[in-house]
Order: sequence, then structure tokens, then C-alpha cells
Amino acid sequence: MGLLSIVIWLPIAAGAVLLAMGRDGQVAMVRWFALFAALVSFLVTLPLISGFDAGTAAMQFQESAAWIARFNVRYHLGVDGLSLWFVPLTAFITVVVVISAWEVITTRVNQYMGAFLILSGLMIGVFCALDGLLFYVFFEATLIPMYIIIGVWGGPNRVYAAFKFFLYTLAGSLLMLVALIYLYYKSGGSFDILTWHKLPLPGTVQSLLFFAFLLAFAVKVPMWPVHTWLPDAHVEAPTGGSVVLAAIMLKLGAYGFLRFSLPITPDASHQWAWAIVALSLIAVLYIGLVALVQQDMKKLVAYSSVAHMGFVTLGFFIFDSAGNGNELAVSGGIAQMISHGFISGAMFLCIGVLYDRVHSREIAAYGGVVNTMPKFAAFAVLFSMANCGLPGTSGFVGEWMVILGTTKVNFWLAALAATTLVFGAAYTLWMVKRVYFGAVANDAVKALTDINPREFVMLALLAVAVLWMGLYPKPLTDAMHVSVLELLRHVAVPKLN
Amino acid sequence: MAALMNWQAVWPEIVLLTMACVITLLDLWLTDPLKRLTYVLTQATLVAVALLHLVAFNAGSTEYAMQRMVVADPLGHSLGFFAVLAVMISLAYARPYVALRDMLKGELFTLSMFSLLGILVMLSANNFLVVYLGLELMSLSLYALVAMRRDHAPATEAAMKYFVLGALASGFLLYGLSMMYGATGSLEISGVYSVIGKGEADKGVLILGIVFIVAGLGFKLGAVPFHMWVPDVYQGAPTAVTLLIGGAPKLAAFAVTIRLLVEGMVGLALDWQQMLVVLSVGSMLLGNLAAIAQTNLKRMLAYSTIAQMGFMLLGMCCTVVSQNTLSAANGYSSSMFYVVTYVLTTLGTFGVIMLLSRQGFEAEQVDDFKGLARRSPWFAGVMALFMFSLAGVPPTVGFYAKLSVLQALVSTNVQGYIVLAVAAVLMSLVGAFYYLRLVKVMFFDEPTDTLPIASTREVRALLSLNGAAVLGLGLLPGGLMALCAQAIVTALAT
Repeated sequence: MGLLSIVIWLPIAAGAVLLAMGRDGQVAMVRWFALFAALVSFLVTLPLISGFDAGTAAMQFQESAAWIARFNVRYHLGVDGLSLWFVPLTAFITVVVVISAWEVITTRVNQYMGAFLILSGLMIGVFCALDGLLFYVFFEATLIPMYIIIGVWGGPNRVYAAFKFFLYTLAGSLLMLVALIYLYYKSGGSFDILTWHKLPLPGTVQSLLFFAFLLAFAVKVPMWPVHTWLPDAHVEAPTGGSVVLAAIMLKLGAYGFLRFSLPITPDASHQWAWAIVALSLIAVLYIGLVALVQQDMKKLVAYSSVAHMGFVTLGFFIFDSAGNGNELAVSGGIAQMISHGFISGAMFLCIGVLYDRVHSREIAAYGGVVNTMPKFAAFAVLFSMANCGLPGTSGFVGEWMVILGTTKVNFWLAALAATTLVFGAAYTLWMVKRVYFGAVANDAVKALTDINPREFVMLALLAVAVLWMGLYPKPLTDAMHVSVLELLRHVAVPKLN
Repeated sequence: MAALMNWQAVWPEIVLLTMACVITLLDLWLTDPLKRLTYVLTQATLVAVALLHLVAFNAGSTEYAMQRMVVADPLGHSLGFFAVLAVMISLAYARPYVALRDMLKGELFTLSMFSLLGILVMLSANNFLVVYLGLELMSLSLYALVAMRRDHAPATEAAMKYFVLGALASGFLLYGLSMMYGATGSLEISGVYSVIGKGEADKGVLILGIVFIVAGLGFKLGAVPFHMWVPDVYQGAPTAVTLLIGGAPKLAAFAVTIRLLVEGMVGLALDWQQMLVVLSVGSMLLGNLAAIAQTNLKRMLAYSTIAQMGFMLLGMCCTVVSQNTLSAANGYSSSMFYVVTYVLTTLGTFGVIMLLSRQGFEAEQVDDFKGLARRSPWFAGVMALFMFSLAGVPPTVGFYAKLSVLQALVSTNVQGYIVLAVAAVLMSLVGAFYYLRLVKVMFFDEPTDTLPIASTREVRALLSLNGAAVLGLGLLPGGLMALCAQAIVTALAT
């Protein structure tokens, strides 16, 4: 059993054990077991980083075994510079989620923790799968625990949100299934993604495949105009659900562009890049404005996620007139994905901290929180600054790289994209001002108690990650450099037949 | 003469027939404390029959028997094995349920065995008359089973509907078969095949015959527009009997379709494929849309069955495009995998319905499942697995069933079939809604019923096993797929 298999199946096995623990009898034991399992699951991902060879674009830690012989489906795993960082990121966020749920979740604790651990393993599986069908199985299987999480522990309108989440994403990915089967047939009976990368395809076929993939991944990212499930899901989901949704699940879609759309249909990607760029800019600009008028903090952060993910897709699909992608922009997109994982997770945790005390997510219900919760406010302001892209925080790295890369290709596109720094600052800081600063607004805020050690640890973990990535992103970008270059070299070569 | 009869090829059927007669007689002499013996003997017989099929399947040979009236091949043996298994599981789930409803009589077991005998006869038929004989044996036993609860008005009504429409369907099939006989001069399936292959038969009569045969099969499969009986019978029949109708007979209907249409009339495939496309699309459309509106779970599952059978038929209507047998085997074995896994999942869903039922209470409304996750997290989880499997969400076995059928469609590389695959995928999205709704009711709603679930340890263990099979085959579906492929390939080769 290889390292990647352990990384995937350890949390799933631990989750299954938790599910089997039965009713809410031994809550304390369930919590400690979940934390222990999440920590171990995170620790086993570290050898991936230390053992990773940044000098090659080839797949590393590969495992391959026959799985379904009749369709030549293989259990084929591996990571390269594009996917490496998402594996520890997922495991790390799961640790944070387990800590965040500690006292907050009191009913069916074992199911809650179990669902998140299983979800964690499944999402890591998506990032590691090198077989098209294996990818799809992991990609779809993530819907089940998330559906349960939103539906069972969510807010008042949770049923609607859970259905919308499930059906929206299922609708997107079912067409991808047909596309995968078509590729299987075209490649002469192989589900291997790396084989598909080399497969020549005619122009119209590429376009059709491109749109099938686009629908699946755009829903997941989510891109405008198929983003409408996200605010509902975020608002209704429990804090942990929102964190995982924003931090990891959205990245599954963006990762799909890197692994499927760009390398398998490069010519269609060139042809339709303008459309993706346009949709990305709409997300950045229009959704930024939408975020400005939100009354609900979770909705605001949800819309801010859509805007930030717009940056990611923009970076991936910026091609110069010769058809070459931009290395800086693509790396920036990936850096933005990782950074957004930390920041959006942290933002939702902050909202969760407030919600646990006041039971309101309305901005208007707060004011002057800094007076009663100074330690917490310090964290919250830090994460908000990171969300605006302040230099020195992780939010700056990705956005700056994407904007710089875009400038090389087209100044005006870059200028439009850069307005997000204005909008982002506007909606985030305005929320910070209304929630945290000013005089104490009401009795509920007056009665607030500052964060306890548990909450401190969970926020501090993320704060360290945000600052570390903002101040010293070199290890991060170094590891992906060669893989990104290889991807761009591959995409630049037409493979029509 | 002995070689022509070839008795050992039909051993499983002979054992079943003998034991069914013995148990019928024995049951008359058993008084209440010994009634359990009927059940035990029945299950023991079924185990023996299943083993005989398994052994014969492993031998892998194709043998003709009873003067070429029946054929014993891997297809018949594998489906026979699954059918016996399905009846065994059905009876095990049913026993506590029927005991509370004053239906625990010897008739339940003997009639089940006779209907199973009919199924096995159909599975290995090589002659039109044998097909018809098996079909009637199965159907008549099932009609009687539905009506077993005489004093129950819905059951009686269901039995009446089932009988009238079923008789009509048998009539259709018989009429079609007689036209085939008229046109080809042969009752033997392989004989019909060779006459059609030579192109000497009158095409007009053949096509007319095919229309009637497809209509008759459509009735048995419950495909639109021959689906009217399905919701009423599923809802009206006692759940135990619904399970007997919804399980093994689907395997038989599939097998007869293969025997008649593929083995006998593959020369006319281009004609009957078009008919199947219409049946299939209609079934998926109507089944899925009508299921959304249902509040009765059994009725909802009935419409879901219609939709699932439509999806299964897709695998059979895309096989002959370029006279390539390899792609034909691909399509048929996909359908076979689909129907086998569908039966496995259906057994579980009705098993859970019976698990929740009590004396004087049928857990057949969707609302009866409210908050099941609170009352029994384990069985709520098992039921959720079945629902996700029916919806085709990985990692459950239902996903691979849909995958293999879609794969058969796409690999034709014909635009029309790829469009059909996209349509099927969209229909299954509609289907996902009502399956998810049951998961929602179980997990998200508060329980209205707080009584603990009373049931025997046997049923609990079996249901858990059934759930584990749905998940386990979802993780490792390769073996069953290979088995289906092998059965179909040898059936086509001869």
C-alpha cells in the first residue's frame, strides 16, 4: 500500500469507525478520536512534501493496480506540482474543522465527525486520481457526505440548500461522465488521464468535450452564472461545512480545469478562452458588487469566494496572441486556490465564532465586537486584510501573480481584474468596520466573551498559515514551477487530427 | 434417447419441482408448532438449487436437453443462480412480516417455489412453447400470491388488475410467437434464427410478430406504454409479495428478452431496436416524472422501477449497428449487469419497508420514514445506500450499472445514441430528486414515530449484508461485470 493510498483511506477508515460508534453516548471519546484521526491523517501527508522532487513534471508517488478489468479501469494515483499542495491542505483543513466543531456540535457528533473525515479522504482522492473513472467516483462521492452535513446540521432553510447543492453539482458532472466515456472510447479503451493528454481529437469534438467539462467544473468552482447554489449552501451549512466547501470543494472544480480541460482539449481551450476570461471578469467585478450589498456575513464571504475564484479561472485561461499560456498567471491561480483555502476557511470560522455566541449572522446584529473580544478581533481583522489581498498575507501572492501575468498579455484585462482589490477591500473592510469597530451596539455584543483556548488554537493555526504563505511563498511556487511549465508547453501544441 | 433427454442438464429444475411437490404435501400434515419446518425446507431446497446452478455455471458448458426444448448455458445458470438467491432473500425478509399478517401459510412458500420454477424454465428455454409454459407457471403463481390476503381490498384489486393485464400480455406474446412460427415454420429458437438469417421468411409477418412479442415483453418488464399495472400491483400487493414480483421476475423478463429477441431474432435487430428505444425513452420519462409526485413509497418505487427498466433497455437497443458481435456482447452484458444489480438493490429497499412495518402498520408512506436516522442510524444508512445506488451515485453499485449502459451507448459512436446517452443522463438527474427526497426524510426530518424497530436478528443481519453488497460491489464491481460478460458471450456464441 503506497503513501497516497494511506493518505486517502486512513481518514475514510477512521470516519467509518466513527459512524459505527452509534449514538451520542461517548461524545468525549468520539471527539478525541476524531481529532486524533484527523491529526494522524494530516501527519501522513507530510512525507509527500518532503519527498517531492520539484525538478520533474512527472507524476510522483504513483500507484497503479487493475480495478475494473472489463473497462480497463485502473486504481491509478499520483501527484505532481499541480496537485501536491492540495493534499496536505485538505488534511489540514479537516483538523481545523474537527477542532471548530468541538463544543458546537452536540447532536449526532460521531456522524458529524465521521462525515468530515470521509469527505476529507474522498477529496484527497480527487486530487490524486490519475484514472478518469476513479476521479469521477471520488468527485461524485463527495456529494453524499456534504449533502448530509448541510441537511442535518444546517440552518433553517437547510433542506432547500442541500437539494440545490446536490442537484446542481450532479447536473454539471453527469455530462462530464458522458465526456469521460467518450474519451474512453476514443482512446481505444483506456480511462488513463495521462493517455488522454496525448490523444489527438478533432476540433468540434474538443469543443463539445470542453463544454461538458466546463459545465461540471464551472458549477463546482463556481463561475458566474452557475454560482447561485453557493450562497445558499454556505448560508445554511454548519460552520464546518462552509469551511470545507469554500476551502476545498471549490478547488476540485478549478483543479479539474488543470487536469482535464486544458491538457485534454488544448485547442478548444484556446478557442474558448475568451469566454472563460469574460465569465471570470464578470465574477470578479459583478459578484464583487453583489458582495458589497449583502446583509448576511456568510453570504458576503460566499460571494467574495466567487469573486476570488474568478481570479483563479482568469489566470488559467490567459493566453497571449501566440497561444502560450502565462506561467505566472497559472501559478498565481494555483497559489490563489491554496491561499483562498486558508482565508475563506478562516473567515467562515470567525463568523462561526460569533454565531455560536449571538446566533445571528446579520451584520446589523453586531457592532463594536473589538471592545468585548479583543483577541478574536485581532484574528478577524488579520483574515479580513488577507481577504482584501494585503501584502504580507497569502491573499496578496496569488492575486498579484495573476494580475502581473495578465498585464503581460493584456493591460486592460489586468486593469479590470485589479479593480477587485478595490471592491474586495470595500466589502471586506466595510463589514469589519460595521461588525468589529465602533461603539458596542447592543446587549448581546456587550455580553460576548472572548475566544477560549480551543478557538484560539484553531484560528492561530490558520493565521500562521496565512502569514507564512504571504511572507515566504517560495517553497510553494517552487514545487509547482516545473509542472506548470510542462502543462503550458503541452497546451501550446495543437493536437487536432 | 437418454442422450436426447440429457436429464442432468435440468437437475436444478427437477430438484426444485420434486421438493416443491413434497413440501406442498408435507405442509398439509404439519401443525402449527412444526410450521417452521416448511420454511426451513424451502430455504434448504433453494440453497441446493442455487448450488446446482453455481456448479453448472462453473462448468461453463452449453448443453441441450429434453430434445432441444431447453438449453442449459452459462447465461441461464448465472441468471438462475441470481433468481434463486433473490427468492431466498425475499422469503427471508418476508417471514416475520407475513407472520404478523396471518399469511404465514405453506402456500406462500410453495407458490414462491412454483413461480421460481417458472422463472428457471424461462431462463433455459430453447423453444417458444417452453418460454410460454414457464411464463404462465410464473405468472399464475404470482397472481395467486398477490391475492393471498383475501380479506384485503387493495390486494384483491391488485390481483385482479395483475391477472387481467398479465393475461392480456401473455396473449400478445403468444400471438407474436405464433406469427413467428407461421413465418419461419419453427418453434425452436435456434431454428427461427437460422430461417431469419437465410432471409426466406416473409418480412411483413415477421415484423408484425415482433411488434406483438415486444409488446408482451414490455408488459412483463413494465415498460411504458405497457406499465399501467406496475404502480397498482406494487402498491396493492402485500409488501412481501411485491418483493417477489419486483425481484426475480425481472431477471426472467430480461432473460426471455435475450432468448427471443437476441438469440432468435437478432436478424431483425434493426427493427426491434427501434421499438425498444421508444419503450426505453418513454419509460425513463414517465417513470421518473411520475415518481416525483408520489407520497406512497411503494408506488414511488414502482415508478422508479419503470424508469430503471427503461434505462436497462437502453443497453439492448444499441447493440447491432455494424454487425459486430463484440459490441453486441458489450451492450447485452451491460443490461444484464444493470438488471442483476437493480434486483439486488430493490430487494434491500423493500426489505427495509418490511423491517419498519409492524402489526397493523405498513411503513409504506414516504412520511413513515421520517427521522429514521434518529430511530435507527444503521438502517437509515443502509436505506440511504440503496437510494444512492438507485440514483446512480458512486461509490454504490448503481453507478456502475448506469456507467456500463452509457458506455455501451457511447461506444457505438453513432450520434443518435450519444444523444440518447445524454438524454438518459438528464433523466437520471430527475430521478435523483425523488431518491434524495427519501434520504432527506430519513436524515433531516424529526421522527414522528418513536417506537423502536422490532425485527428478528436474521432480517437485520441479512439487510446489513444486502447493504454491504451494494457498497462492496460499488467498490469492486469488476467480478460481477466479468461474470455477466462471460455469460452473454457464450450465449451469443452458440
